[in-house]
Amino acid sequence: MSVVELARPIEKARATPKGPRRRVTAWHRWLSPLALLVVWQIASATGLLPERLLAAPADIASTAVELTQAGTLPTAIGVSLQRVLIGFLVGGTAGIVLALVAGLSRAGENAVDPIMQALRALPFFGLIPLFILWFGIGEEPKILLVALAVSFPLYLNTFSGIRGVDGKLAEVATTLKLSRGQLIRHIVLPGALPQTLVGLRQALGVAWLALIVAEQVNATTGLGYMINDAREFLRTDVIVVGLLVYSALGLATDAIVRLLERRALAWRRGFLA
Amino acid sequence: MATRLSGVARAFGDRVVLDSLDLVLGDGEFTALLGRSGSGKSTLLRALAGLDHEVTGTIDVTGSVAVAFQEPRLVPWKRLLANITLGLDAPVTKAKEALAEVGLAERADAWPLTLSGGEAQRASLARALVREPELLLLDEPFSALDALTRITVHQLVLELWARHRPAVLLVTHDVDEALLLADRVLVLDEGRIAHDVSITAGRPRHREDPELVALRTTLLAALGVSPEGRS
Ligand SMILES: Nc1ncnc2c1ncn2[C@@H]1O[C@H](COP(=O)(O)OP(=O)(O)OP(=O)(O)O)[C@@H](O)[C@H]1O
Ligand SMILES: [Mg+2]
Repeated sequence: MSVVELARPIEKARATPKGPRRRVTAWHRWLSPLALLVVWQIASATGLLPERLLAAPADIASTAVELTQAGTLPTAIGVSLQRVLIGFLVGGTAGIVLALVAGLSRAGENAVDPIMQALRALPFFGLIPLFILWFGIGEEPKILLVALAVSFPLYLNTFSGIRGVDGKLAEVATTLKLSRGQLIRHIVLPGALPQTLVGLRQALGVAWLALIVAEQVNATTGLGYMINDAREFLRTDVIVVGLLVYSALGLATDAIVRLLERRALAWRRGFLA
Repeated sequence: MATRLSGVARAFGDRVVLDSLDLVLGDGEFTALLGRSGSGKSTLLRALAGLDHEVTGTIDVTGSVAVAFQEPRLVPWKRLLANITLGLDAPVTKAKEALAEVGLAERADAWPLTLSGGEAQRASLARALVREPELLLLDEPFSALDALTRITVHQLVLELWARHRPAVLLVTHDVDEALLLADRVLVLDEGRIAHDVSITAGRPRHREDPELVALRTTLLAALGVSPEGRS
């Protein structure tokens, strides 16, 4: 994220003298996707692209409307969103709390970090069979898989954020006679926040990924179920609708974090603007 | 009370920076510390501030200490006013006054990263001054200020010193600044206090004061510079 933000002023400086041309470029960028859609529609209409491989864009659009009106899609979205949300809250809390324990004391680091580093090496999608054995095929294995996936990026980033806080500011805190609690509240936590937010965005990415995987393997509700069910009936239109909804949800949650970032890191934005 | 250092030593690897240094800073005494770059002035200040845990010897500091570091070290995620009040029990009005005194009243809501070098340095100075410590450690607090602002801030520091009478240890590269402000000027060299001179001239002082002119020559010689060679 810091790379993206740091790149902005440079981009601005370059773009300023060429303002009008940049707008043209932005408009041009819509051309090729649009052309692709047209080609796709023509290929479908002429039978070049059979429906059992990929439905036509127009059919996908009307299917999306139908599924929404029938309530199937909103229900599926609700179920999937709930899984991600709960898993995200559980895993995020665990990751951040563990990072605080490890980051704020050597003893905590010795207790927590080796375990986290070892667990991190596990391919967590490989845990699905075990999770099914342990938790059955209800909501728990899905939520827990999301939680597990989310906890690592948040742990790793928050931990390194805490450890990366400028030692010179810790010295300032000493000379200002801050208590340990004040040091943590005013210096350490805000100092670690940028890195935690990087972790948050990574975590959201893997949260959706974990959900998709978990829902593919076993589910009787949710978006993954809708997609799997559609496969049985060769409904490629429904599959594509499901995929589009996954990506839209992913983009939406990413936008929320970016908004959060903009507000929480205003002190840095002022410097860059 | 006073602040006492005896046999203070500090080395970084093989490099001995402070070598069995003895020094007493009287209560309410305004002392300037001169020395070549790298002579260990900041190291001595950090030791006095209790930030250096590897320094040996005895350091006796009684009472409260405030520090303005060589770099401003403002907390970047706190607006200017919150930086001044950080860890302070005193009311906000006092912090606002302190900001006004260093000419930053309108910048109270600014983020530190948006300040100019001189503004940040003045803010850092305000943060130290507002604490009204018994020992005030200032590490080149005027280095980023233009000549005019510098005169104003000199006045400000002298006024605050006259009002609360803290012991002041001011690190500077500027012999004239030391002569204009301090009661006593030290030169740090080879890890010890190589020169220790007192100034009796009253304030406000003028550069042409014969006592200061004589001391300037002495001090410049102590720093390895001959005034003739410079002009
Ligand atoms: N943490 C450190 N590790 C290694 N060497 C150090 C460290 N801190 C200071 N030194 C060395 O100790 C010497 C004295 O440093 P110090 O910062 O006290 O100098 P100074 O007199 O304040 O110089 P200046 O006027 O340039 O600020 C320098 O040679 C510096 O390189
Ligand atoms: Mg220094």
